Amino acid sequence: MDRFIPNRSAMDFDYAHYMLTDGRKIKENQTVCSPAREAYRKQLAETLNMNRTRILAFKNKPPAPVELFPSEHSTASAHPTKSAKPRRHIPQSSERTLDAPDLVDDFYLNLLDWGSSNVLAIALGNTVYLWDASDSSTSELVTVDDENGPVTSVGWAPDGRHIAIGLNNSEVQLWDSASNRQLRTLRGCHRSRVGSMAWNNHILTTGGMDGQIVNNDVRIRSHVVETYRGHQQEVCGLKWSASGQQLASGGNDNVVHIWDRSMASSNSPTQWLHRLEEHTSAVKALAWCPFQSNLLATGGGGGDRTIKFWNTHTGACLNSVDTGSQVCSLLWSKNERELLSSHGFTQNQLTLWKYPSMVKMAELTGHTSRALYMAQSPDGCTVASAAGDETLRFWNVFGVPEVAKTAPKVNREPFSQLNRIR
Amino acid sequence: MASRTVAKDIITLRGSAAIVSEFFGYAANSILYNRGVYPEESFAKVKKYGLPMLLTQDEEWLEAGKLQRVVMVIMSKATKEVLERWNFSIETDSDVVEKGVSREKSDREIMREIQAIMRQIASSITYLPCLDEPCVFDVLAYTDTDVPVPFTWIESDPKLIANPQMVKLHSFDTKIHKVDTLVSYKNDEWDEQ
Repeated sequence: MDRFIPNRSAMDFDYAHYMLTDGRKIKENQTVCSPAREAYRKQLAETLNMNRTRILAFKNKPPAPVELFPSEHSTASAHPTKSAKPRRHIPQSSERTLDAPDLVDDFYLNLLDWGSSNVLAIALGNTVYLWDASDSSTSELVTVDDENGPVTSVGWAPDGRHIAIGLNNSEVQLWDSASNRQLRTLRGCHRSRVGSMAWNNHILTTGGMDGQIVNNDVRIRSHVVETYRGHQQEVCGLKWSASGQQLASGGNDNVVHIWDRSMASSNSPTQWLHRLEEHTSAVKALAWCPFQSNLLATGGGGGDRTIKFWNTHTGACLNSVDTGSQVCSLLWSKNERELLSSHGFTQNQLTLWKYPSMVKMAELTGHTSRALYMAQSPDGCTVASAAGDETLRFWNVFGVPEVAKTAPKVNREPFSQLNRIR
Repeated sequence: MASRTVAKDIITLRGSAAIVSEFFGYAANSILYNRGVYPEESFAKVKKYGLPMLLTQDEEWLEAGKLQRVVMVIMSKATKEVLERWNFSIETDSDVVEKGVSREKSDREIMREIQAIMRQIASSITYLPCLDEPCVFDVLAYTDTDVPVPFTWIESDPKLIANPQMVKLHSFDTKIHKVDTLVSYKNDEWDEQ
């Protein structure tokens, strides 16, 4: 038995390192490692020798079907408890993963939206499901007929209660999620499927495969109030600015249009304000900056792979960054000056960038096919992403939910002064 | 055994990855069987769902040259304390991964080397401490950091044993991948120090 013949390649390096750096402490105290020491040791090993290495554990149980109708625990909780970190720690793996069977793997659709009432809507095939983030409960909103479906877009109204559902047959259904009733169907605004939508108060803007953009006033009978023409191919990205003054649209024709409501009074009311042609592939990813007005971020598809920043007042391109892969979606952080992008081939990752330096802060991997759809929680901490690998993943990338809850209370208890007087 | 190219002495990257991955399958099975880790019922489940999935992923990583080692960890089911750790370190010929060349080594030679290791694993029961409590196992893969994490794997700590005894077993070499085997185990009697 070759017990003691030293052999470099067979040496257990991480054990050796551990002994060299921390071994003395272990002899005095032979109990199980405290989480703090575990974290320290891991960090030390990483710094000293293991920068190139990632250790992965295989889930040796049969892969339990983690359903949309979830069980008690999340799947990603096998790490030892992380000790307190001074800075914000961005978890490298998804906080939770849910099954999303029949999610359509189509770049041009928008099948995920997180409403202000903290309910996430996701369209799987012909069915729209609602997932309540506060109690993790799932309910089915509607299943459309085969001939009308599949569902091609979902969009919550600002009130977080009403929801619009775009269909493959070009119609748009309007639902009240509180009473689970369909309120109306918008017909005749498009000639083919409605893949993108954006709300602006009572105006629902829809983008179609026919290249048309229609502003629908959902309160009135004759709902079409405006039609924006300019895109030659499918409109896959549609976002209103925070002020509701400007609308950004991205199409399969590689063009980004900025439409301005104040131009409605001029001679050509449906003419665009800016036509931005710098992208060399379809533009679906659009995001207005929350902390700087008139700043729009756009992301290009597989042949482009860049994120571009625009001043929508002048139409100038401020910056262009090559991300290396298809940009499917963009989200700005509400808490920090950061931008999150989701990508396709090869890594299918979510990348967090510091703005404006565009330094990569984190790359979140987990999806095994392109991360096509993203939505942000109303408290701004969590991002949900869905992909053709039929999973819906949640990432605490923008912050930890608890932190948001400990915001200082403005209201003091009534009669607090009375107590002191005693 | 594994699929081979027609000219039996030529080893390609894919062929080598297949051999190594198959070896892991045999080794894992042998360890679990010899150490009596799993009762009959759960073992069938593990075999059906666990190992084939593990092996496919390994093969992918081996072909990319991104797998550094595979570790099988045996832990007490009750306390999760690591009792035994089977470490298979992999050295990959980067020339082959980058340039796609192939190497020459006879099948029989490789088989002989693997058989020697399998015999050593089987006879390890003569010196490894008895596992007389219910145990579970985990498989760890040390990969390069640029490898995307597949859905069925999560990040982990190395699950080391404090103050282990270590025994180095034989290694085998396909001329593209070289695999070393080391088993470390928790000391049975503290007096031995």
